[in-house]
Amino acid sequence: MADMVLDARGLNCPLPILRAKKALKELPTGKTLEIQATDPGSVKDFEAFCRTTGNEMVEHHVDGGVYVFTIRHTG
Amino acid sequence: MLDETNGKSMSIIVTKGTLDWAYPPFILATTAAAMGLNVTMFFTFYGLTLLKKDLKLKINPLGNAAMEMPMAGGHMAMPNILAAMPGATALTSAMMKNMIRKKGVASIEELRDLALEADVNMIACQMTMDLFEYRKEDMIEGITLGGAATWVDAATRCDINLYI
Repeated sequence: MADMVLDARGLNCPLPILRAKKALKELPTGKTLEIQATDPGSVKDFEAFCRTTGNEMVEHHVDGGVYVFTIRHTG
Repeated sequence: MLDETNGKSMSIIVTKGTLDWAYPPFILATTAAAMGLNVTMFFTFYGLTLLKKDLKLKINPLGNAAMEMPMAGGHMAMPNILAAMPGATALTSAMMKNMIRKKGVASIEELRDLALEADVNMIACQMTMDLFEYRKEDMIEGITLGGAATWVDAATRCDINLYI
């Protein structure tokens, strides 16, 4: 289980990234954030976001049309 | 101003102020800021109107042959003769804004607020302010006034420089 869950379903680019960044800011280092998104572009975008910011993508999968990402706040 | 010691940076020159052209600069600025970049936006000519307190963004397909709207399962472009009719701008602007809302796309007002919140450095072109007779009080809080040299100075220290 992630330490925090962010519901970004129904939001389009770049809102899932902006909301995730805001959530990560509130999250202590080492804790994990789960993001739920329906924007298909978010798959590539969260990979890129993690690469640039140095946060760790722990896991991601698709669950019935919802893209679920788990990111550890390491950046 | 730009903090050289803190990661990468990006600058964008914003020259256009219609509803469609307002999106790329604000999307890129907010995203780059969220990814830890220092961002500077320089608003000049019609882009300057994007800093007005009261945003009344419009779009008209006149002369824009690539602008199609999804309609009844297909896509339709408005002929220039119709786009030139009175009320066409209001109609197409309302249609676009409705579509933006329905698709979960942020409004420009929302993106601009997020950009300010993320400490994006917004510079209003002083020359354009004078040329089009805008006053500082017509513009939102939290912006600075500057000229070409202000942008050039920032751009020399940026990793990415865009002109939109």
